[in-house]
Amino acid sequence: MAIETINSMDWQALKLSLLLAFVTTAILLLIGTPMAWWLAHSKGRFKTIAEAVISLPLVLPPTVLGFYLLIFLGPYGWLGGAWVTITGHALSFRFSGLVIASVIYSLPFVVQPLQRAFETIGTKPLEAAATLGATPWDTFINVAFPLARGGYITATILGFAHTLGEFGVVLMVGGNIPGQTQVISIAIYDHVESLEYAQAHTLSALLLLLSFASLIFVNAFNRRTPIGIP
Amino acid sequence: MKLEARFKLIKGDFTLNSNLATAISGVTGLFGPSGSGKTTFLRCLAGLERATQGYLRFGDDIWQDEAKNIFLPPHQRPVGVVFQENRLFKHLTVKDNLLFGRKRSKNQKSSISWDGVVQILELEPLLNRHPQGLSGGEQQRVAIGRAILSNPELLIMDEPLASMDQTGSRRILGFISSLQNQLQLPILHVSHDMGEILQLADYLAVMESGEIIATGPISDMMTSLELPLAHRSDASTVLTARVVAHDPSYHLNHLEFGEPAQRLFIANNNLAIGDKVRVRIFARDVSLALDHPSNTSILNLFPAQVVEVAQENPAQYVVKLMVGNSPILARITKKSLQSLSIKKGLSLIAQVKSIALER
Repeated sequence: MAIETINSMDWQALKLSLLLAFVTTAILLLIGTPMAWWLAHSKGRFKTIAEAVISLPLVLPPTVLGFYLLIFLGPYGWLGGAWVTITGHALSFRFSGLVIASVIYSLPFVVQPLQRAFETIGTKPLEAAATLGATPWDTFINVAFPLARGGYITATILGFAHTLGEFGVVLMVGGNIPGQTQVISIAIYDHVESLEYAQAHTLSALLLLLSFASLIFVNAFNRRTPIGIP
Repeated sequence: MKLEARFKLIKGDFTLNSNLATAISGVTGLFGPSGSGKTTFLRCLAGLERATQGYLRFGDDIWQDEAKNIFLPPHQRPVGVVFQENRLFKHLTVKDNLLFGRKRSKNQKSSISWDGVVQILELEPLLNRHPQGLSGGEQQRVAIGRAILSNPELLIMDEPLASMDQTGSRRILGFISSLQNQLQLPILHVSHDMGEILQLADYLAVMESGEIIATGPISDMMTSLELPLAHRSDASTVLTARVVAHDPSYHLNHLEFGEPAQRLFIANNNLAIGDKVRVRIFARDVSLALDHPSNTSILNLFPAQVVEVAQENPAQYVVKLMVGNSPILARITKKSLQSLSIKKGLSLIAQVKSIALER
């Protein structure tokens, strides 16, 4: 299994997967932070409902989620329809549709570690910061965020790896268009379908290596610098 | 600086309904049993909790007035808080913890100097360390330093010694009083520990089930028979005395207190002439005699006048006396009370067996 067995279509799939995982993770960290913050600090009865909604992708079969998303994002869907009137094209079978689907699919993998991190910090350091003159935003940036660093690393890795490996939702929403929506997991499936085991092997090994390396990196990083000790 | 606070807040089956109007200077103690609402009250002062009906004025500044929907958030109030647990920032060094409030202080021309605080609290050797590696006492010193260095106009301390052993807390108390002496920063010190309050406080606010039931100079509060403090088993009074002489042959210090000056003897080697100290006299250590006893081992004998008598239980009475202008409590049996016919207005001799030195 040499590198030559990776053809240009596979490279495209790999690049697309990485781009998708990167964009999705970035969006998730941005929207997941306020969600996790709210969940960690609210006690209302909406919290239980919100937690269940965010956790749905954990238990729902990807094809079910993908099916609903296809309808929702398609030209006749609620969001897809609006998108058509604004941009002139639908969200389904396009990269932007993949991003939205991945964000929803990987949401719990980012929100839950962040929520747990914020819950562990509690309100005590935040109150202390307030009495020392820090505004709420200042407190978040300089106290909560650094204290939640472990949670952010876990959330980033889980969000990234989970997006990289998704199959069912992507296939339902994006289909299998090389260069546009064909991601690496679908490329592997294609190779296996056409009995190109050598290529499937190479891509699979690549993904395995990538996942393993990222976990090693996270663990090493966490061990070398546990919170607070230089 | 004048502090005027009125808070009403219902939390489950606890109701805070506290009014405090006092000129705040020196150390004001807020004393009450656990669960009496001390912490909730000071959280309202700091703005960490919002009383549903509240009014709070500090000097000329109104921090809360629910009638006008005014509520200043905690980061805009010049209040420093030392919490029960130290709440240091684990991700920062001691130095960065100390700088956290200082960098954000709006009051940059404050008289509180970095070097002074670091020196008084002996923080220099800790500056580059992280909070986790410090002992409980060291952590609390950093927490006190951090609050003070943020240049507050009022320092609130919520049982800062709660998690410390006796030696550790004595040491911290020493630090707090030297800080207070040098910085002239008004301190509100919350505690359920009488000894702690007696060492520090000049004024005392007494709290009971959500209400502040009395406020005043500490010796008045301690000896008022209307208040619960005079009826505790550790009921006592605190006198401020000055060391006037040493008697090296007996290792005794001669102290003076009150007006007209009364002499007090105390065995202690760590005092210098001119030192101002607080002495605590427990009501149970004071006995009464009608005449000046001639053959007694008790050194401290004060002419006193009975001002009030109250029954404690079927066997015991508590007697409030004035020694000059200083109130003192004595706890005696009903039998003694009757055989000496002690009643209001009687002049007698108060004998004090032992005196605890508080500061």
